[in-house]
Amino acid sequence: MGGETPRGGGLSRRRFFGTTAAASAGVVLTTAPAPAARAADDDGAVDVAITVNGTAEKLHVDPRVTLLDALRERLGLTGTKKGCDRGQCGACTVHVDGRRVLSCLTLAATADGRKVTTIEGLADGDDLHPVQRAFVECDGFQCGFCTSGQIMSAAALLKEGHAWTDEEIREAMSGNICRCGAYPGIVEAIKTARRAD
Amino acid sequence: MHAFGFAAARTLPEALRLAAPDSAFLAGGTTLVDLMKLDVLTPDRVVDINRLPLRGIRSTRDGLRIGALERMSDVARHPAVHPVIAEALAQSASPQLRTMASIGGNLLQRTRCGYFRDVHTPCNRRQPGSGCPARTGDNRTHAVLGTSDACVATHPSDLAVALVALDASVRLVSHAGERLVRLAAFYRLPGDTPQVENDLRPGELITEVVVPRRPWARHSTYVKVRDRSSYEFALASAAVALDMRGGVIHEARVAAGGVGTVPWRLPAVEAALRGRPPTRASFEEAAASAADGARPLTENAFKVTLLKRTIVRALMSLEGGS
Repeated sequence: MGGETPRGGGLSRRRFFGTTAAASAGVVLTTAPAPAARAADDDGAVDVAITVNGTAEKLHVDPRVTLLDALRERLGLTGTKKGCDRGQCGACTVHVDGRRVLSCLTLAATADGRKVTTIEGLADGDDLHPVQRAFVECDGFQCGFCTSGQIMSAAALLKEGHAWTDEEIREAMSGNICRCGAYPGIVEAIKTARRAD
Repeated sequence: MHAFGFAAARTLPEALRLAAPDSAFLAGGTTLVDLMKLDVLTPDRVVDINRLPLRGIRSTRDGLRIGALERMSDVARHPAVHPVIAEALAQSASPQLRTMASIGGNLLQRTRCGYFRDVHTPCNRRQPGSGCPARTGDNRTHAVLGTSDACVATHPSDLAVALVALDASVRLVSHAGERLVRLAAFYRLPGDTPQVENDLRPGELITEVVVPRRPWARHSTYVKVRDRSSYEFALASAAVALDMRGGVIHEARVAAGGVGTVPWRLPAVEAALRGRPPTRASFEEAAASAADGARPLTENAFKVTLLKRTIVRALMSLEGGS
């Protein structure tokens, strides 16, 4: 991981398309140390210092850029998915300062000084998070597109310490839509992960 | 999304100084960012107020005081909060949205009317004078109370319904000073000017919500009826609180959501409940007037009956044993 400088030497295909899209989305790199996001520069862009999965990152972004686009297009963390991009499906769920939020409705500029955890940062190396393990064991997914959002939401739910019955778990997971209908497996996975905790 | 300037304020005076005629304050962003993506809102400047110290949930001599930047999920879980408020919040939106959305922002959220949200269609609320396709179009979820020829959009907030029932106020701060406005008086009926949704003045900020001290109002509940059992706006909802003394209703508070252009307080229903025993017959009799003055549209006449039944169900769930 690249610390405070842009990551990676080689350009993977995904990375290439990622940075191309990033440029069109108005995200540019910065190498200079940046002050906290206070006001936009002359170019309208904002300096943002965030910690993503334990790594300090500095971004210089157009204020229109969402946290979702910054993660995917600028930092190459494509595990967080863009579903509806309107705050309705939950595919983009990440943790900001330990709380589950929708990264598509979060402007990257407002994440200055915050700690962000994405699906890429949930496991401890090769050791999966209990929720990840439980999703595999319980068939908590089919196509997988919503899965990173489901898992981030479920991991937060366990920390929130509520929702004990199946009905309560369904309610507490209602912000994560699964078009394949893997809901029974998802509920089972959350109960399994809770027992493992 | 249209381009805008961004600034993050650290203090209240700084936030007020950064506000300009075409600026918008940003808290949770769940309304503002959504509507900016749809080009419904196009502020020149966005002022991030999340670092302002507008926090805290406190029971005081004046009543319950909730900082405007407290998040819906935190307020819903706080023991000092009345059940009707907690339940209204817990049934709103989704867990992620509740984690993000602020109390002040919740009260300022915009209608879910599909024509308001689609800039390719006319809408008197979004573009005064352009017309209202909802009157004859897709209006199943729209209002039946407080409507006008110009606008029939439903107010979407569950929290506002609970707060209006409890006579809550909002504290508003601007360069001109500070004022406390009753929430019921804060919202405006659409009339000929649906674009004016509330009494908020340019550059003014909600800093806190104050719920008057009234111990009996803890005997309260919120019932929400909707198309799905979760993550959906109300077709009809009822916020009720009862002061029971000696087996009769001494005082009552009733407000409805999902049916009005503003959170809809029902003083006639409250009056009809006073002095009555808490029986289904009393509740049905009192709720009979709930939809007085309703003007159903082509697809939402069901709300007239649904509203009355929702109120009865809420009252029964409070005093169901009787």
